[in-house]
Amino acid sequence: MTTPLVEMRDMHISFGGIKAVDHVNVDLYPGEVVGVLGHNGAGKSCLMKMLSGAYKSDGGEIYVNGELATIHNPRDARTYNIETIYQTLALADNLDAASNLFLGRELTTKFGLVDDALMEGETRKIMKRLNPNFERFSSPVSALSGGQRQSVAIARAVYFDAKILIMDEPTAALGVQETQMVADLIDELKKQGIGIFLIDHDIHQVKMLCDRASVMKNGKLVGTVDVDKVTEDDLLAMIILGENPKNKSS
Amino acid sequence: MSDAPSAPDSSQPRRSFFQILELDTRLLGMIGAFVLLCLVFNFLTDGRFLTPRNIFNLTIQTVSVAIMATGMVFVIVTRNIDLSVGALLATCSAIMAMTQTEIIPVFFQLGLEHPATPWITIVVGMLAGALIGAFNGWLIGYLTVPAFIVTLGGFLVWRNVAWYMTDGQTIGPLDSTFLKLGGINGTMGTTWSWILGGLAVVAIILMQISSRRNKIRHNFPLKPMWAEVVIGVAGTGAILSFIGVLNAYQIPYRRLERMFAARGEVMPEGFTAGYGVPISVFVLIAVTIGMTVIAKKTRFGRYIFATGGNPQAAELSGINTRMLTVKVFALMGLLCGLSAVVASARLTNHSNDIGTLDELRVIAAAVIGGTALAGGLGTIFGAIVGALIMQSLQSGMAMVGVDAPLQNIVVGAVLVVAVLLDIQYRKRSGDG
Repeated sequence: MTTPLVEMRDMHISFGGIKAVDHVNVDLYPGEVVGVLGHNGAGKSCLMKMLSGAYKSDGGEIYVNGELATIHNPRDARTYNIETIYQTLALADNLDAASNLFLGRELTTKFGLVDDALMEGETRKIMKRLNPNFERFSSPVSALSGGQRQSVAIARAVYFDAKILIMDEPTAALGVQETQMVADLIDELKKQGIGIFLIDHDIHQVKMLCDRASVMKNGKLVGTVDVDKVTEDDLLAMIILGENPKNKSS
Repeated sequence: MSDAPSAPDSSQPRRSFFQILELDTRLLGMIGAFVLLCLVFNFLTDGRFLTPRNIFNLTIQTVSVAIMATGMVFVIVTRNIDLSVGALLATCSAIMAMTQTEIIPVFFQLGLEHPATPWITIVVGMLAGALIGAFNGWLIGYLTVPAFIVTLGGFLVWRNVAWYMTDGQTIGPLDSTFLKLGGINGTMGTTWSWILGGLAVVAIILMQISSRRNKIRHNFPLKPMWAEVVIGVAGTGAILSFIGVLNAYQIPYRRLERMFAARGEVMPEGFTAGYGVPISVFVLIAVTIGMTVIAKKTRFGRYIFATGGNPQAAELSGINTRMLTVKVFALMGLLCGLSAVVASARLTNHSNDIGTLDELRVIAAAVIGGTALAGGLGTIFGAIVGALIMQSLQSGMAMVGVDAPLQNIVVGAVLVVAVLLDIQYRKRSGDG
């Protein structure tokens, strides 16, 4: 059995007495997509934010490639090649695509000044791969469409050689064609051996894209199942009722 | 530059003249408004407004506020405000006045007019400003007290710290070398001014060439060659005419006589000399360039704008936004210290009311210059133009003979109208 890419053990965090994540264990293997499901407020985003460094956990351990990792802030997460595509996209609307893509990791010239031309060049390269129609490189991202903004956020995660990718409802604001683009991208990344945590509400999409699914309710983990071995109704029962399908847990 | 202009691409949508030039139409509008303002005042004063003498005075009066306005751009871009800059200026000025008239000459027994005095004084003053600014920034960033409150408190505190330190007395005369930074007492002379202008022209052309080469290297779309030429000619023309005007302001006969007498020489018959660029204006130009480089070309500047645009996103990108706030306010304080040098040197002493109401002028300059209070948007150059507009309004109305209360009413109204126009412009252009 291979070492998991990520193993989160006994993770917990509370906000003002409310246990947002209550002693949860999840894991992720290379080349695998694990859906993280649950109602709004079930704690799935919160769990992932502890992995991405946006929240500091109250307790629990995170292992990356079998080794204990300390993640207290987003910079820590980046050193473990953990990249996140947030639901809000986390873009600075007043800056252009390249500035957003390299935000916090700007390429600099030998004088230590930011090298805008080099960054724009790199952005053009990766956009050619992700979204060939993208051509508004000098506009602030506030002027872009939802799909274009999404591709900037995705490019940011992909460009820096993510090994572990967290996607928080990446298709929620997208049209059919753009959703397909994200699905294709997920397939491609899987082939490269990247592990993906996918937070999603769309059960149909989870069935299509994910290998396993970890379901949360009220901050607790209901269970983790092989997506192929359960029906959509089973998944819904886990989400809504918090019931594990019999004999199907992995 | 041997490269041929790129062939016009007929598939591209038609673009306006200014879009091809890739100039900020907003900024052009502001410069246009400023020029119009000058022409109107020139008409109303029968040509007295646009004389070398008045333009010279206008620039040296603008320097102090303009220096602080560049720092205020960063403060406002990060969604903060600093109401304490005038008071901070007063404290820095008081500290520097005491340093050069008491501490260095008496306490360290170096005597008055010691050659090191002005430099030590300036370092002490700017350091004091930076420390106070950093303290404000720490209260705002780490202890999360709103900037409005911290600096409103600071407005009272530092104004009166200055008063307390000096017992409200006017302190002077200041060191004679120090006074050279004030404006009329320290100018570069015509020769050095032309050299400065020449260097600026060379720098502009070199920058255009290097930017074009860079674009070619990365295969980015190029501006047509004629557009480069238009920008180059306009830029160098503006610089050289500005220098020409400042050089045309002749030093009065009596003053020249005194200058020669001070050196123990006799003035030759029929000798004349122009003032040239005041050292304080040179300082402002250096600050403008420095701050623009910080804004556009450093990580620090990039993070300032990113934080202003979306603080959460900046934090999720690993930017330490709290420390950034400390740095921004420390820089603001440093610039207040520098402004205090210019302001007290211009007045030739430290007076208790120095910098009064400057916080409002500085904020107005930044806002008229296109800095959005919602954060994320603003340019250093815009703030300078904003400061110029404010100062020309004020002194133009004084020249025309508008009553003092009416002057303030107009300035206040202009501030509101300027922001209103800006909001309308941004709605239309869909920019921000």
